[in-house]
Amino acid sequence: MMEKLQLKIRMNEEIAPKIYKIIFLATEIVKKAKAGQFINLYCNKGELLLPRPISICEVNKKTGEITLVYAVVGKGTEIISTMKSGDTIEAIGPLGNGFSVDEEVKQHLIIAGGIGVPPMVELVKFLKGNITVYLGFRCNPILVETIKQYGATVYVATEDGSVGIKGNVMDLINQHNPVAEMIYSCGPKPMLKAVAEWSEKLKIPAQLSLEERMACGIGACLVCTCKTKKEQDWENKRVCKDGPVFWRDEVIWHD
Amino acid sequence: MTKVNMKVNISGVELKNPVMTASGTFGSGIEYGEFVDLNRLGAVVVKGIANTSWKGNASPRVAETFGGMLNSVGLQNPGVDEFIQKDIPFLRKYDTKIIVNIAGKTVEEYCEVVKKLATADIDLLELNISCPNVKEGGVSFGTDAKMVEYVTKQVKRVSKQPLIVKLTPNVTDIVEIAKGAEAGGADGLSLINTLLGMAIDIHKRKPVLANVVGGLSGPAIKPVAIRMVYQVAKAVGLPIIGMGGIMTGEDAIEFIQAGATGVAVGTANFINPTATMDVLEGIGKYMNQYGVEKISDIRGIIA
Repeated sequence: MMEKLQLKIRMNEEIAPKIYKIIFLATEIVKKAKAGQFINLYCNKGELLLPRPISICEVNKKTGEITLVYAVVGKGTEIISTMKSGDTIEAIGPLGNGFSVDEEVKQHLIIAGGIGVPPMVELVKFLKGNITVYLGFRCNPILVETIKQYGATVYVATEDGSVGIKGNVMDLINQHNPVAEMIYSCGPKPMLKAVAEWSEKLKIPAQLSLEERMACGIGACLVCTCKTKKEQDWENKRVCKDGPVFWRDEVIWHD
Repeated sequence: MTKVNMKVNISGVELKNPVMTASGTFGSGIEYGEFVDLNRLGAVVVKGIANTSWKGNASPRVAETFGGMLNSVGLQNPGVDEFIQKDIPFLRKYDTKIIVNIAGKTVEEYCEVVKKLATADIDLLELNISCPNVKEGGVSFGTDAKMVEYVTKQVKRVSKQPLIVKLTPNVTDIVEIAKGAEAGGADGLSLINTLLGMAIDIHKRKPVLANVVGGLSGPAIKPVAIRMVYQVAKAVGLPIIGMGGIMTGEDAIEFIQAGATGVAVGTANFINPTATMDVLEGIGKYMNQYGVEKISDIRGIIA
């Protein structure tokens, strides 16, 4: 059985403008959590009802702590950002399927953009072999050093050119022409679509982590769907339960 | 806590307690079964089921609003055949009643689903003539009393289980609609479905929902629901399943005092996965506090 948990916040700090890192003690979640899954956080403010789904950035099996990195994008995340160390936050998780890691794969390519970068931190820890990471940001890169620290080769692109090359992750791809056996990607939809098209051309399997507005987060309400292929037809799959990570071949990009 | 009698009878089916789930908020119970003991529910009202699978509307399908939410799922469902094969056997493992919500675009489609369910091991039918998210049918049947009577009569003719008709609040006179269902032979009523609403993203200058409009649910709509249950209970003799913003046991008691026999928990499940259990416990607590022996003692007590 799962339950709504009351979790003690250890830290909640702004690490870049409007980007926060929250750490809380969650031994129950830590036992089961894997890269690419997410946690539902509750604001506990009367008129804001729905949980906020935030992807897992890091899991610390030793201390029982979970780290999430989230962007303040609305009233809910704004309330969460005001919570202090020592406060209690309500949460359920881990939710969703997460990335699948194949031990046989030795050449990994991670492509992430903006607030799609955090889930890649936990993923990098579990990949064996060569890991190349392309990260794109508008400005103010996050988590670059953290990802490097786990042994990955990291390249950065920023739209304003303040760090790394000026441009986006596709510019990095065009510059480096990387080889890979498996691609993992998370970020804004146009980026995911570009990654999907590029990887399809090169016939490299790709796992894409999608984002959609959610309500329940556990697969019951059917509001967070994504168009996917089904034999000769198509169907709407649940991003929260069937995803958030989908194989590139499953996803239909046009509406 | 002393043991209180929460048994209720809905259209000839006895439920161990009045707490059920609102259609479309609980799937068929599989997902929430991880959070709540389904055996403790009076009934599970499943997601709307049509004669064939429906893909539903485009995303985004949800918008949070003050004290509520808009949805425009559009009755995505796997179709009645898959439902009979997969969901009924799952739910039958639990000691709870099964209420199947019926979706359709035409009277023929409603009847086709109901016929297929005739031999299925289920307890009650809930006819959805009130979904605001499907253009062709649903709500267009539910906003005209004569049409409500006609659809109810046609479906009643082929149904083997007692038939509850779920009403839309998007009408001028809910009592007239309820009377239409009663005249058509309904065995019970569910109210209310969602209120038609809309939200705009002022930064993008676009509607939040891909479908532009959607159904408003959650605590924001509770006073409307209470009013409608109260009015209908006074005017119609059928048992009522009350719903609309129930978050706590107190909310459920309010519906019961307004005249509801059953109470359905919907949007609250998204906010609190164990909301149904909290509502159930809250009802028990209230009954204990005021020495209410049977839940029927407080039903419809508001003059």
